[in-house]
Amino acid sequence: MTRLAMLFDASKCIGCKGCQVACKQWWGLPGSETEQTGSYENPADLGPNTWTRVTFHEYEEAGRTQWLFLAWGCVHCTQAACVDVCPTAALKHNELGLVSFERDLCNGCGYCTQACPFGVPRLEMANPLTGQAKASKCTFCQDRATNGLIPACVKTCPPGALEWGERDALIAKAKARVEWLKARGYAQAQLYGEKELGGLGRLFVLTAPPEAYGLPANPQYPTLAAGWQRGVQPFGYVAVGATVLGLAINWIATRRARLNNVEVIAPESEGEKEG
Amino acid sequence: MKKVSRRDFLKATGLVAGGLLLPTGSAAAASAATFPLHKRVGEATSICPYCGVGCGVLLATNAEGHIINTEGDPDNPINRGTLCSKAQSITQLTTDPKRLRKVLYRAPNSDKWEEKSWDWAMAEIAKRVKATRDATFRVKDGDVTVNRTEGIGWLGGAANNTEDCYVAAKFARALGIVYLEHQARICHSSTVGALAPTFGRGAMTNHWVDLKNSDVILIMGSNAAENHPISFRWITKAMEERGAKLIVADPRFTRSASKADLYVPFRSGTDIAFIGGLINYTIQNKLYNEEYVKAYTNALTLISPDYKGPDELDGLFSGYNQASRSYNNASWQYQKETVKAKDASGNEVEVTVPKQAASLDDPQCVFALLKKHFSRYTPEVVERICGTPKDQFLKVAELYCSTGAPDKSGTIMYAMGTTQHTVGSQNIRAYAILQLLLGNIGVPGGGVNALRGESNVQGSTDMALLYHDLPGYLGLPTNKQPDYKTYIAKFDKTSYWSNGPRFFNSLMKAWFGDKATKENDYAFDYIPKRSGDYSVIPMFEAMYKGTLKGLFVMGQNPFVSGPNARFERKAFENLDWLVVMELFDTETSSFWRAPGVDPKTVKTEVFLLPAADAIEKTGSVVNSGRTIQWRTQVATPPGEAKNDIWIIDRMMRAIKAAYQGSTDPKDRPILDLVWDYGDPPQAELVAREINGYALEDVKDANGNVLVAKGAVIPSFATIASAANPDAIACGSWIYGGYWAPADDGTGTIMPAAKRRGQKDPGGVGTHPYWAWTWPANRHTVYNRASARPDGKPWSEAKKLIWWDEAQKKWTGYDVPDFAPTKAPDAKANPAGVGLAAQSGTDAFIMKADGKAWLFAPSGMNEGPFPEHYEPLESPIANVLSKTQINPVIKVFDTDRGKDVGDNVGTVDQFPIVCTTFRLTEHWQSGAMTRYLPWQSEAQPGMFVEISKELAAEKGIKNGDLIEVSSARGKIRAVAMVTSRWKPYIIDGKKVHHIGMPWHFGWQGIARGASANELTPHVGDGNTTIPEYKAFLVDVKKV
Repeated sequence: MTRLAMLFDASKCIGCKGCQVACKQWWGLPGSETEQTGSYENPADLGPNTWTRVTFHEYEEAGRTQWLFLAWGCVHCTQAACVDVCPTAALKHNELGLVSFERDLCNGCGYCTQACPFGVPRLEMANPLTGQAKASKCTFCQDRATNGLIPACVKTCPPGALEWGERDALIAKAKARVEWLKARGYAQAQLYGEKELGGLGRLFVLTAPPEAYGLPANPQYPTLAAGWQRGVQPFGYVAVGATVLGLAINWIATRRARLNNVEVIAPESEGEKEG
Repeated sequence: MKKVSRRDFLKATGLVAGGLLLPTGSAAAASAATFPLHKRVGEATSICPYCGVGCGVLLATNAEGHIINTEGDPDNPINRGTLCSKAQSITQLTTDPKRLRKVLYRAPNSDKWEEKSWDWAMAEIAKRVKATRDATFRVKDGDVTVNRTEGIGWLGGAANNTEDCYVAAKFARALGIVYLEHQARICHSSTVGALAPTFGRGAMTNHWVDLKNSDVILIMGSNAAENHPISFRWITKAMEERGAKLIVADPRFTRSASKADLYVPFRSGTDIAFIGGLINYTIQNKLYNEEYVKAYTNALTLISPDYKGPDELDGLFSGYNQASRSYNNASWQYQKETVKAKDASGNEVEVTVPKQAASLDDPQCVFALLKKHFSRYTPEVVERICGTPKDQFLKVAELYCSTGAPDKSGTIMYAMGTTQHTVGSQNIRAYAILQLLLGNIGVPGGGVNALRGESNVQGSTDMALLYHDLPGYLGLPTNKQPDYKTYIAKFDKTSYWSNGPRFFNSLMKAWFGDKATKENDYAFDYIPKRSGDYSVIPMFEAMYKGTLKGLFVMGQNPFVSGPNARFERKAFENLDWLVVMELFDTETSSFWRAPGVDPKTVKTEVFLLPAADAIEKTGSVVNSGRTIQWRTQVATPPGEAKNDIWIIDRMMRAIKAAYQGSTDPKDRPILDLVWDYGDPPQAELVAREINGYALEDVKDANGNVLVAKGAVIPSFATIASAANPDAIACGSWIYGGYWAPADDGTGTIMPAAKRRGQKDPGGVGTHPYWAWTWPANRHTVYNRASARPDGKPWSEAKKLIWWDEAQKKWTGYDVPDFAPTKAPDAKANPAGVGLAAQSGTDAFIMKADGKAWLFAPSGMNEGPFPEHYEPLESPIANVLSKTQINPVIKVFDTDRGKDVGDNVGTVDQFPIVCTTFRLTEHWQSGAMTRYLPWQSEAQPGMFVEISKELAAEKGIKNGDLIEVSSARGKIRAVAMVTSRWKPYIIDGKKVHHIGMPWHFGWQGIARGASANELTPHVGDGNTTIPEYKAFLVDVKKV
């Protein structure tokens, strides 16, 4: 099956947050309480209830001011560390090219949150009694996509900055667009995501370097996950030691789990937010 | 918010250590899973209730009739399935638990709401109306019968359906209300005030989809990416597919600017200097379309030799009276000459016509005066006034003025940044003049495009919820028009307005039925006459002084949106009673319990009536491009909420009952008012009345029946041509045809406004079978000018309509805005009536001379040409003259010097220029967004944008709390320090400029200080639109 992908063309994005709300609307994700801290960006981060958001960046180069917008969410890597570390196969590659997520299968281990080089998946405490957590992330609207509909964010995008289609065709289109932008005075115009991590499912046409958008210039498959896949997992079949190692990794992972990137919303606080 | 502890994390993950033994997924082994749709997409269609783009939405509802999904309607040609964030929040708008579900009443001096029944509320409201009306009703003003009350007012609503607005206008006028106003006054009244005198109509000239046909798009005084996001669908298309260039001129670098090929800054309030510079550049470099200018504008018309301009009179035009702060425009008139012609009966008569120059070089012709007037607007002057560096200005000039070529078109998109100034109307006149010189009016991709900000502000304006008007722009009689005869004499005899008297008569028939007869001058005295300015600012001055005692508010939130908000809030406390029809309990409905207000001291009785939102009722909505789209009810209103027609219907029934048996002549308009829309009232029956229907068989001169009794009229042309026009009742002539049966392009017949036909002749984006566009389904008005005088298109690239010599008629991709069979070489008959007096090249059929007015001999209070004046509060002395501010504006001064009053600041106290703006996440005063979780999350509160340089001077860091003060008040907000603002050099002096959104108030989820606590109580010289967009402030860190 031909691989589908999403193209985000930053040179067309107007930062309207249509995609951000389309995602919440389709998935019924509640709005959280946020605060104005001197930015157009809100919510301030991805979270269990925010799978797509728009980020804002001011960038000045050669006297030209650019206000850069990025529609951000899971990039659906080919070499998807989250899929590789997921012990329950809740995260899977789908033949359409997206990384699907089945919440029922998720056991809340949180490995995906640690393995993702982009820091996309987030955990939430799904059951405060058992401590059961669940991960979440953008799935390219897997129910829409596998039923012939385009993702909600793509459908809504007013200027057509988001597109959905065959990945190869989108890459060709993106490359042509980069040339067009260069001719129009955007010397730094570039395509991001064609080769990164085996090729991303979310491709980006940028008018400034990736770092200016807060994107890693050279995202790497995490050594933790690489070690997991090549070393730990085969070894894991040897029953003895598996749990020990798992807990060791857990310990490392947890140590890294700075609370600012593992956001959890306890259900009991939902009521306040609604009000 | 609960954080995950390491312990929790280990506990959770430890439980699944066994997972180590499970196989993992990989790209090589991709799953072929499909996932069932977790909810329905929906198939019910409607139109978004937020801005004026008019996007189509698809909705799904559950068994309770609540919305469960909202997404774009792919068949709607305006948005083709796309939507901004607000539209998608329709899901929350119709289901939010904070929606009003019961009638609420607040007794005098009470500190709480009480739940009441509808019946109780209607009877009580009727009692208040009757008492106030009877106590304040004025039959005479001097000798003139005026039949009005200045004791009751009405505000709102631009988000209401057209049919709601129509019954509201009818309701208000029957009571004799003259303080009849709504959002259009404060958002685009200056648009109508400028475009109607210039072109003949006051609306956006082109339409949203037409933006794709443009070669150069100038966004100025608008932040379309933010406030009309779908416009960027068409702008992006123009840029991508035809290589169009985008220019954004704005005081700050905006979301729109982020997409521009060329962004240039200019100081808020200096549009005339900037555009005047472009006009001068166009003329000096001969970039104008000479053939167009000569044929379609009054460029060649000779002006009175007594005329003198600001270059000679230090900023004033001839005829100024200092004492009355007004002009006598006698010296601005056309020179006339007498010619002989044959009238309709074939008799030779002498008539006077405007005298024409032989060439554009004649020093007394309009073009020569224009050239002289704008020669003062050099790039150097532009730089001094606007702070736009000369080299950047010249880049704009070179690019934009290239659209004077016949195969190019340029469009100007503007909104509140242009309109909300003391020179608002003249700002827009400047745009119109530039566009006429470049031949950009009437052509695809051209136009002066007023971007409307509320979903139906065009419809509410058309229905005349404005003190000075009647539906269809007929104009409310004034005390200078004491009787019917003098009133109808105001309509031009030599334009399509020659039918004005018939249109007025049909309106009176719609309102008063058989009580309006030829014999009684169509019940002329049943409607009130105005004697002055009853617009929003004077309305609040009257409330403040206590003369206006009762107020209806339908979907408007002046507590947040009114200028000098502290003053206007205090005015509310002087009301005896207030009736609010709303979705949520807004700052306005709860003004008596606002922070800092002691309810015990507020006497006002408040009736808060829960209203249905746009998706929960039926009716039409008119977008910025004048397209009337019908919405059928999709969702169920919450609780006891009712649609606005029902509410107004019940109020009128109760008022009629209260007056039953009265023999006082002043009560006849109420008792004789035709009021029968069914029970419950049907929007479709209101639509029928607005469209116009036959009271008797309507016949032509030969006795043929044109429209059978009871049927709707197919077009306003029926009123113009009928032998017995008094057989027609028509609520708004310009809507004649919107409710008439029409083909949707597939042979299916339905009311025109309901059509969903997809055909698009020529691919120019007209979509003539989609809904219905006023007037007469013309999408680009003045489109006669899209063809050369000889009837051929200016170019293949820009063809829209043209003369078909074989068929002897105009044809093309749009309905001709012209007599359909009048040949290009048709001669005018100066003795003819109406369009007979105009020639085959008179492209502006609503103007008495058939020409667009570069020079306005009448219709503009402060002069025939735009002249730069500084805002009321300005950092510099006017560079061009000693006339500092618009010389005809009224500067209100109630309680000046007091803490709350009409105070004016000076640059020594308040050195920083400030403007206000909107955010894409919120809508207007926030009354339909600040209550919604998704929109509030995305933009949670108030902030002020300041430059890095100003921040450094004041020791302010991003995110700091700062205080902004003006002569009217002080507010606190978060500082947003940004490189998108830069200090200006104005007339050699460094001036800081800041801006802030104005959406916020104390109710809802997204709360914050209201920017309008800072804005001044001063209006434009023509329409009194408040000057929200340029005032002086100071800033300090808290």
